[in-house]
Amino acid sequence: MLRTWRQRITATDIVIWTIGIAIAVMVVYGSAKTLALGKYTTETWIDLAITGLALGGVYALIALGYTLVYGILRMINFAHSEVFMSGPFTAAFAADALVRLGWWNRFPVLSLLIVLAISAGVSALIAILVERIAYRPLRNAPRLVPLITAIGASFFLQYTFRGLYGSGLKGYPEMDIFKGFWMIAGIRVFKTQAAAIIGAIILMLILYAIVQRTKMGKAMRSVSEDKEVAALMGIDVNRTIATTFALGGAAAGLAGILYLLLFPVAHFYMGFFPGLKAFTAAVLGGIGNVPGAFLGAMVLGLLESVGPSLFLDGLGIPAAYQLKDAIAFTILVFILIFRPSGILGERLTQAKA
Amino acid sequence: MPLLEVEHIHTYYGHIHALKGVSLTVEKGEIVTLIGGNGAGKTTTLRTISGMLKPREGRVKLNDEDLGKFKANEIVYKGIAMVPEGRGVFARLTVKENLEMGAFSLKSREQLNRNMERIFSLFPRLRDRRSQIAGTLSGGEQQMLATGRALMASPNILLMDEPSMGLAPVLVELIFDTIQQINKEGVTILLVEQNALMALGIAHRGYVMQTGEIVLNDSAEKLRTNSMIQKAYLGME
Ligand SMILES: Nc1ncnc2c1ncn2[C@@H]1O[C@H](COP(=O)(O)OP(=O)(O)O)[C@@H](O)[C@H]1O
Ligand SMILES: [Mg+2]
Repeated sequence: MLRTWRQRITATDIVIWTIGIAIAVMVVYGSAKTLALGKYTTETWIDLAITGLALGGVYALIALGYTLVYGILRMINFAHSEVFMSGPFTAAFAADALVRLGWWNRFPVLSLLIVLAISAGVSALIAILVERIAYRPLRNAPRLVPLITAIGASFFLQYTFRGLYGSGLKGYPEMDIFKGFWMIAGIRVFKTQAAAIIGAIILMLILYAIVQRTKMGKAMRSVSEDKEVAALMGIDVNRTIATTFALGGAAAGLAGILYLLLFPVAHFYMGFFPGLKAFTAAVLGGIGNVPGAFLGAMVLGLLESVGPSLFLDGLGIPAAYQLKDAIAFTILVFILIFRPSGILGERLTQAKA
Repeated sequence: MPLLEVEHIHTYYGHIHALKGVSLTVEKGEIVTLIGGNGAGKTTTLRTISGMLKPREGRVKLNDEDLGKFKANEIVYKGIAMVPEGRGVFARLTVKENLEMGAFSLKSREQLNRNMERIFSLFPRLRDRRSQIAGTLSGGEQQMLATGRALMASPNILLMDEPSMGLAPVLVELIFDTIQQINKEGVTILLVEQNALMALGIAHRGYVMQTGEIVLNDSAEKLRTNSMIQKAYLGME
């Protein structure tokens, strides 16, 4: 018994566990020190938490696309970052047109619906095209092959949109209704953040209801379990897969508008970080699992905004906030090592047996 | 005119010649059984009829219509439903959701509800477990679910691939009783079995398959008393 244990532990395991424990100790020590120093007020912590939840909402909607596609094809759609970018980048131009028409602040709800529809529509369309062109012809190829075409599709889309809209930064006009903040129970909440949080929660609930309750959603779940048997039910498997990409794409496009509320600049490279963060969130929550994606995204958003100040300030690290991206990717690496199934995910090998 | 007509089909897996000119017919209202040993080509025959495999030669006709140009999911709309080998229930969906997926090809919600009622009265156990995740059902319950799910489509003909596989004798009885009952209610059945004794007990006619070919076909009664069948499949001397 003891011997088999010893044989199974390799030098790599020891190194990884040592690093893991060191990080855990640093996090606990840093947090204790930060709190003891009392550098930040409660209001600041709440501010950071709200920022984190707003970010988390955006990540959640993007993560949905990773998770749905993984569920149905057991494949990571690495072009999803660009699916996300395509919608809001296009919508930023539509927003300009609405400003010129004078509609932007005169009919804010209508204008918002227009940019949301354009963003969701473009992202959904791009997602469908990626599936049709880059993945479907390779559905029975070895798993590495679609991964390579995904990276190719990703670059292709970045440079296509760069060619279409230019390589510069495209500002997204602010809407009067989102200017300023509300005081809620003595806490200052920016209207944009409130809109992002509420919008993300409502959209996630709608999308989850689509997956759980509608005929289309149930067909998606059937196809994700067994494509042959799904076809025997009369389900058009190819169309269901395309629909899944469209749904994930639309969610990413909607996320794009919420993202522009928080960071009002669009550019051809804007998908990279949110895409990778959302992927981290999906893995953190348990990829293939929709509530998991939401949970993972909120946890990641919070860690990313509260984390640097909480964990790192107390350690005397200067400009801790700059390290927020490092936190996300440290988390990704550690989940992949210690708990690849994520928070809510089951181990796929077991689930399929 | 037979309801289902399989004419000289040759089906391949790559270079493997699995079906070598299989022909069979099923008349409306019949229970026809296809028996034969492991690897004879029974499953391949059903998969070819349901459109999951395409024959390289020969034709499958339903009501005299050639099904060659239809994909598996389209053939369901023509009135063929299948209970696949190993049941193939959607393990993560609930019992009710599985049944709803069986009715995917139906247009009307009322018909779906009517069919579900019928299946719940056929298999009361499924009603009790309708909110349960299908993966947690016992083998017998999963077979009931797979059968009920196929019936949800209101098929003209039901293809069943070894429903008795891995089930306790009591449950096999139950499933076979149900097959007879749904047949009496008007569903035509093509039943693939290795359990030849049980299958010939409820079928009107039977085909015997060996290494990709039909070697014998006759009324169930004659097959039961055929000495070669008794030796090879019924374990009698
Ligand atoms: N997926 C497959 N790939 C290659 N050969 C197969 C496949 N499925 C079945 N076969 C072969 O086709 C023949 C018929 O198999 P099958 O139809 O499953 O027989 P049965 O259902 O009567 O046991 C067997 O020789 C089997 O090995
Ligand atoms: Mg078989």
